Amino acid sequence: MEENRKVILSAKDIEVKFRVRDNYLTAIRGVSLDLYEGETFAIVGESGSGKSVFTKTFTGMLESNGTISNGSVMFHGKDLTKLKTDKDWEGIRGAKISTIFQDPMTSLNPIRTIGSQITEVIEKHQGVSKGEAKQQAIEIMERVGIQNAAGRFDEYPFQYSGGMRQRIVIAIALSCHPEILICDEPTTALDVTIQAQIISLIRDLQKELGFTTVYITHDLGVVANVADRVGVMYGGQIIEYGNVEEIFFEPCHPYTWALLSSLPQLGVKGKDLYYITGTPPSLYNKIKGDAFAPRNEHALKVDFVEEPPFFKVSDTHYAKTWLLDPRAPKLDKPEVIQNLHEKIKKMTDKGGSFHVEQ
Amino acid sequence: MSSNNTGREVILSIKHVDISFDTGHKKKFVAVKDANFDIYKGETFALVGESGSGKTTLGRAILRINPCSAGEIDFEGKRISGKISREEDRNVVRNIQMIFQDPAASLNERATIEYCVSEGLYNFHLYKDEADRIAKVDKALQDVGLLPEHKSRYPHEFSGGQRQRVGIARAMIMDPKFIVADEPISALDVSIRAQVLNLMNKLKAEKNLTYLFIAHDLSVVRFIADRIAVIHLGEIVEIADSETLFKYPLHPYTVSLLSAVPMPDPVVERTRRAIVYDPSKLDQSGEKRVLKEIRPGHFVFATTKEYAGYEEKLAVMEKEEQNN
Repeated sequence: MEENRKVILSAKDIEVKFRVRDNYLTAIRGVSLDLYEGETFAIVGESGSGKSVFTKTFTGMLESNGTISNGSVMFHGKDLTKLKTDKDWEGIRGAKISTIFQDPMTSLNPIRTIGSQITEVIEKHQGVSKGEAKQQAIEIMERVGIQNAAGRFDEYPFQYSGGMRQRIVIAIALSCHPEILICDEPTTALDVTIQAQIISLIRDLQKELGFTTVYITHDLGVVANVADRVGVMYGGQIIEYGNVEEIFFEPCHPYTWALLSSLPQLGVKGKDLYYITGTPPSLYNKIKGDAFAPRNEHALKVDFVEEPPFFKVSDTHYAKTWLLDPRAPKLDKPEVIQNLHEKIKKMTDKGGSFHVEQ
Repeated sequence: MSSNNTGREVILSIKHVDISFDTGHKKKFVAVKDANFDIYKGETFALVGESGSGKTTLGRAILRINPCSAGEIDFEGKRISGKISREEDRNVVRNIQMIFQDPAASLNERATIEYCVSEGLYNFHLYKDEADRIAKVDKALQDVGLLPEHKSRYPHEFSGGQRQRVGIARAMIMDPKFIVADEPISALDVSIRAQVLNLMNKLKAEKNLTYLFIAHDLSVVRFIADRIAVIHLGEIVEIADSETLFKYPLHPYTVSLLSAVPMPDPVVERTRRAIVYDPSKLDQSGEKRVLKEIRPGHFVFATTKEYAGYEEKLAVMEKEEQNN
């Protein structure tokens, strides 16, 4: 990474365990990540890969049966893993690090007005008067694109459409000017056209307010749009990370290859789409070797025996696969994702719209 | 068997269908307005639109779950909407099956897979004896890539992709001719989507099925559909075969949908402009819009003035294509 960029949050060797009946499930198996100020970092992976759980350690929102069993999260000189009570978290969660969740209907209270839900946060964190809070709330509602904000201040969530509700959730998350905004699948529940609006809203606000964004998503199209850097998660670990161009155009881990290859955009009509066989590993048992090895058609013998370390591809790009070991056989990425840019370029017109050429 | 002027065999015909719901006020809410199109035997016909556009409502009307308030739906030349005899109703249920969006919600979690899959057989007594029923269940499970020993398990013991396979097996065991697939892969992970799409394509070829594929995701539709209808606020705004729709989108709503799909390429994404659909830019003269055939098989919902505009736009696009 460029030396001059300031690290705003640094997670080291995070391990998270959940107690399930008499068993322990290791959801996160040693993840380290440095977040740079002002960047957008996207985390991609299948459901169950641990992307949400990992970022929940930044805000102390793990479910009650989960514990951080190892590692540290340093933020402004404080180790967030040491914070225990809600009181400890005051001034950080919601104030400096905010989260937007997937479904706006479940993150808003259905029986309270939109206005009261925004002013509540402003009053609590900024200690201003009711009138002042209302003024600020209306301003931020306008900022996130609610028309006639003053008139809609006293309406309830059900009177808003899905996209409008997500705008309100964003307004609440931003009302305290956080330094880090975690977006946990913010557009998955929304229509494509609304998704485009919400994504560009978050980007505009980020430019204006200068916060750092962590994007959690399984949609690689969204990743390509929003991210500066990308981390790919599998089986509770980040297995490859790098700049967005590096991940899309020079992926090195077979799992990243597989994810990109199964994109429906790359499908050829009348032929089968590529898909990943098998199922993700059970996280109840200790995983030996590379977690992706059993599903990996390119797996080497060593993948089943020893966990690979991170190999450096470039200053910004690292991948956790034995394929990068100098002793490993040279393998090209699968044919379908070679020349990805040329292929996608062919599918789009000058404005970047989906379009099919012969 | 009916057919229209294209010479292809029509399996399902939607004729000027309106579907409305009582709102409790005097005014009814019209979810689908004057839908009028044919689906040909053996094709995958996609209905694309955002939530609230009426796409699911229309799919459910085919299965006789939502009644039509105007127009009629014909299946293999016979009317299946409105009042029909009990026998005809059973015939519809047997021949038209549905695959649902969320396999976790559509399977009875307290029943074994064997029961879930056999349910249709029980209801219609489609088996000679126990051995025959079990043989049919085993066959259906194998067809979707599951194993016979899975039958004693419960839905929660399966992954999302496997559950969706069970949902497909449940529909396939009835040996249907027509399948309404309502967002069958929206609730699934990216890597599993590909499996289910491949499976649907395989079954279609093997069993000579016809699909109505309801979706909001155009990237998937491009891969699976032969023809596409775009629906917006209950009105079908454009119908064309899949390639034509992507190549020559005419209606501004189709254009905005195509521009909103994020592409998996950071370089393209940096320059992509999402076009916002602005209905106020359409012809405001008050003339009633109709679905007009602008090229063979390519329909667009327009007034006379708009139609002229689309004709011009299409001519320019075709010329560009020739020059390339």
